[in-house]
Amino acid sequence: MYDFTYHRPSSLEEAAKLLAGAEDGKILAGGHTLLPTLKQRLAQPSDLIDLSGIKELKGISEAGGAVVVGAMTPHGDVADSSVVKARIPALAHLASDIGDAQVRHRGTIGGSIANADPAADYPAAVVGLGATVKTNKREIAGGDFFKGLFETALDENELVVSVSFPVPEKAGYAKFANPASRYPIVGVMVAKTAGGVRVAVTGAGASAFRWTEAEQALSANWSADAIKNLTHGPDGLNSDIHASAEYRAHLIGVMARRALAAAG
Amino acid sequence: MLTVSMTVNGKQVSKEVEPRTLLVQFLREHLSLTGTHVGCDTSQCGACVVHVDGTSVKSCTMLAAQADGATVTTIEGLAQDGELHPMQAAFKEHHGLQCGFCTPGMVMSAVDLLKHNPDPSDREIREWLQGNICRCTGYHNIVKAIQAAAQSMRG
Repeated sequence: MYDFTYHRPSSLEEAAKLLAGAEDGKILAGGHTLLPTLKQRLAQPSDLIDLSGIKELKGISEAGGAVVVGAMTPHGDVADSSVVKARIPALAHLASDIGDAQVRHRGTIGGSIANADPAADYPAAVVGLGATVKTNKREIAGGDFFKGLFETALDENELVVSVSFPVPEKAGYAKFANPASRYPIVGVMVAKTAGGVRVAVTGAGASAFRWTEAEQALSANWSADAIKNLTHGPDGLNSDIHASAEYRAHLIGVMARRALAAAG
Repeated sequence: MLTVSMTVNGKQVSKEVEPRTLLVQFLREHLSLTGTHVGCDTSQCGACVVHVDGTSVKSCTMLAAQADGATVTTIEGLAQDGELHPMQAAFKEHHGLQCGFCTPGMVMSAVDLLKHNPDPSDREIREWLQGNICRCTGYHNIVKAIQAAAQSMRG
């Protein structure tokens, strides 16, 4: 790891100021992607700004028919939260299956979505549940947040504050996990929300995307039959040592059907 | 340089470190607590698991600076008054180790599991140990040891 200057601000304003003032500042959330990256010397930030001292960024609450998760809330807290389990069990389930127990104790939702790993679990929930990402500057619709490979709608000095998930009527998440890393090779969130049916896919493309054909089929008929024979094409999907684009395309259908079954 | 202070195994410590010092380096190299091991150094194997504020974490993927002000427990802090912790005793009794390299992490992870779930099923134990890798002999006796410790700790 190259050397850097470490800061632990106690307010959001201070964090934003430090970030803007740093030569090449990086935000440190749970550190479970950033620290491994630094250890491999793949990045050399001048300053690390640790958000763990900002109390308002951590915690889960319910407000206006939505579950609001603070950016610095670790995955384990989301998985164990009685509010999340009662209101959006699919989200608790998704969080409970990220990485391993110790990773879930440190990794955070804000860190995960700001990093926008194409194989992360949370993007499926942000897009699939029609969440709203609140930052220190504005609110961004979940469907507009992910822009590509490790790319988001966040500006240079913009910080995620919380993610608000509207409580869906029904939702289910299923993933085909890489057996070593537990990252989804493909993960699908299927949800019946006030704004319509949403089907979001993670792991398969450059970033999470909606499978509109499945959304239309399930809007017309919310049942396993509606998507029984529906297939997604391999064009534009990821191909790597873990799975070919064709295999990922196949998994999208399978995971969507499993997610639907889980949603009930 | 940065001054970090924390309580480690009940003792208040304070040291000057480089900001890039990992918690595991701090424990091993600055405090000479070498019971916590570095295995993969990529947050996968779990040999470096310690408790920070009562929760199990991988100390190879945390800066010492992030633990400033925290309470840390390592494998050296489990035994009380010369008596092995029930989890350590159970690992010994049930041969839950061969070479012993993964054992400190296994034990620390298992102690945290029982805090969350005092009566886990074999499956729940195996799922919890997803982040702890043993390359000697498999997990059968480790699971047996954790079951035995759970039973003795429930009393």
